[in-house]
Amino acid sequence: MTRVAPQLDDGPAAWRFVPRNLAPLGAALGLALLMHFVFQPAAGSFASKLALDIAVNIILAVSLTMVNGFTGQFSMGTAGFMAVGGYAAAAVTYYGSFRLYGSPNPPAGILSAFGDPTGLPLPWLQSGDLMFVAACLFGGLVAAGAGYIVGLPSLRLRGDYLAIVTLGFGEIVRVVLQTSERRLSNAEQIAGTPWPKLLTHLGGSLGFTSIPYFTTLFWVWLAAVLTLVVAYRMKRSSYGRAFLSIREDEVAAEAMGVCTTKFKVRAFVISSFFAGVAGALIAHQVQSINAGELGFQRSFDVIIMVVLGGMGSISGAVLAAGVLTVLPELLRFMADYRMVVYALALIVMMIVRPQGLFGVREVWEVGPFRRRAAGSGAPGGGAT
Amino acid sequence: MTMLLLEDLNVHYGAIHALRGVSVSVEQGRVVTLIGANGAGKSTILRAVSGMIRPSGGRIMFEGKSLSGQPPHQILRLGLAHVPEGRGIFANLTVDENLELGAYQRSDPEGVRRDREKVYELFPRVKERLKQAAGTLSGGEQQMLAIGRALLARPRLLLLDEPSLGLAPQLVQTIFRIIREINAQGTTILLVEQNANMALAVAHHAYVLEVGAIRMHGPAADLAKSDEVRKAYLGHG
Ligand SMILES: Nc1ncnc2c1ncn2[C@@H]1O[C@H](COP(=O)(O)OP(=O)(O)OP(=O)(O)O)[C@@H](O)[C@H]1O
Ligand SMILES: [Mg+2]
Repeated sequence: MTRVAPQLDDGPAAWRFVPRNLAPLGAALGLALLMHFVFQPAAGSFASKLALDIAVNIILAVSLTMVNGFTGQFSMGTAGFMAVGGYAAAAVTYYGSFRLYGSPNPPAGILSAFGDPTGLPLPWLQSGDLMFVAACLFGGLVAAGAGYIVGLPSLRLRGDYLAIVTLGFGEIVRVVLQTSERRLSNAEQIAGTPWPKLLTHLGGSLGFTSIPYFTTLFWVWLAAVLTLVVAYRMKRSSYGRAFLSIREDEVAAEAMGVCTTKFKVRAFVISSFFAGVAGALIAHQVQSINAGELGFQRSFDVIIMVVLGGMGSISGAVLAAGVLTVLPELLRFMADYRMVVYALALIVMMIVRPQGLFGVREVWEVGPFRRRAAGSGAPGGGAT
Repeated sequence: MTMLLLEDLNVHYGAIHALRGVSVSVEQGRVVTLIGANGAGKSTILRAVSGMIRPSGGRIMFEGKSLSGQPPHQILRLGLAHVPEGRGIFANLTVDENLELGAYQRSDPEGVRRDREKVYELFPRVKERLKQAAGTLSGGEQQMLAIGRALLARPRLLLLDEPSLGLAPQLVQTIFRIIREINAQGTTILLVEQNANMALAVAHHAYVLEVGAIRMHGPAADLAKSDEVRKAYLGHG
């Protein structure tokens, strides 16, 4: 085998996505630290914000690639899962700060607060950071749970049910969150309200505001690289090839002994988890989250990235996330026309390369990077 | 010994009654063929056996065990592999990856490696193209890959749905020779074919299917001589 094909040993199936050696984790940490301590001070605040948005979009696009690209299903629910994850995480850090520290300002270390205005030296990690990480994981898990509930009934069936159901799911999430009760802000009242009750006070139509600030380039890039690692393992391990076989031919996949429903649900749940984490990260950067802004349009933005990247190409999704984050900024000088130009660029792209930038292949598998001449011309690359 | 037994099998697709009380038995070690016109229900029989569709009535017994209600991956585990109509190649994956998926359920890498060698012996072309996207193979090569891939599941019974479809005459000969070879190595085969001539030549036993029901059956050599079959399926006036 010339390409890297991680041969994972046996063990409980669900754990095979966990990196066995820690090299990817090291790389993720390294890049995250680099972005935080080198890129951010050097590039300034505008470029840093852009870098942050790119990382978030990478998480979203790669997570959607796991479903729409790998297994060939069509989810339109990204924004819904972001909202679920974002609100869940925000509730944990906001109310958790009151409960644990008695104030809305939890202690944060240098990784969560670059350029502290007080100029005081900060420790690396504070207990507030751990609460934040736990909240992001919690947001991801709640989103994954929602993914399971949405995915199980609709993924049993072949066809476009998932698209319809996820579209409906996004709307339901939006309406439910917007009709939640107002956010509590009185410390005593919060202390006296049990957790299940607190989780119904999510800010209603005003959105959840005053979320503590934690999300920096460090955390988003750490999460982005970890998402990439999981996606790569899903695509390239011998176990993960089952996902791809479903996209290629569901009937044949079953004939190979792949339990297609199980794998579709699995991909969808993992994908929902990362969308939830992305929602949590955004909430703790903007310091507010409003379900009204997480409508269908937001899901659609991510779908465009995946389609443009090539429906199944991880590196394609990363590149598309980068380009589509930067492009609207570059076109800003065109003012009102910029969205028109943006749309035109997409249309031209789809005419010239309907299979997306890379089809289902990775950047290093095509063009000048290609090592094997054969195999790059698969017909209908990327088509489902 | 009877390896596969279908009794009074009925299948409905919505309002369409595709199989009307079909009974078929496949003896171990044999090649049994199902012939019949388009739409007779041949593929439907194979799909019901491998668990891809659920019969509305009747029994399917494999080596004495009932297959009713079992999902495809369970049935495969029992030793029954299906090469579906249209081959079902994973076009964007490499030939190598396709083969790997064939052995998806197995946990004996050593045995898989040995079986791969056997597949390479049967289909040298497949070995030459391991790194190529399977969608770029010719039709005949894809058929070989599909059969080779199914063999990697190490089935005791192999269901083949029109392996000669769309192949040049010379390649048809090759495929049938290989089918015979696979059978000689110990795999029982249930073969669905349009090419009744060739099918009757390799099979031990044959069933003729007409609009969802068995019209007649018997030793393949006898059916090949019967006037009715000659007229309807072998193109002899
Ligand atoms: N998914 C389906 N939905 C509805 N009807 C179907 C379906 N699959 C098959 N049928 C019908 O059932 C009947 C038997 O189909 P089947 O595919 O088993 O035929 P066949 O003998 O394999 O034909 P061919 O030689 O053309 O492959 C046909 O009338 C067909 O139209
Ligand atoms: Mg058929």
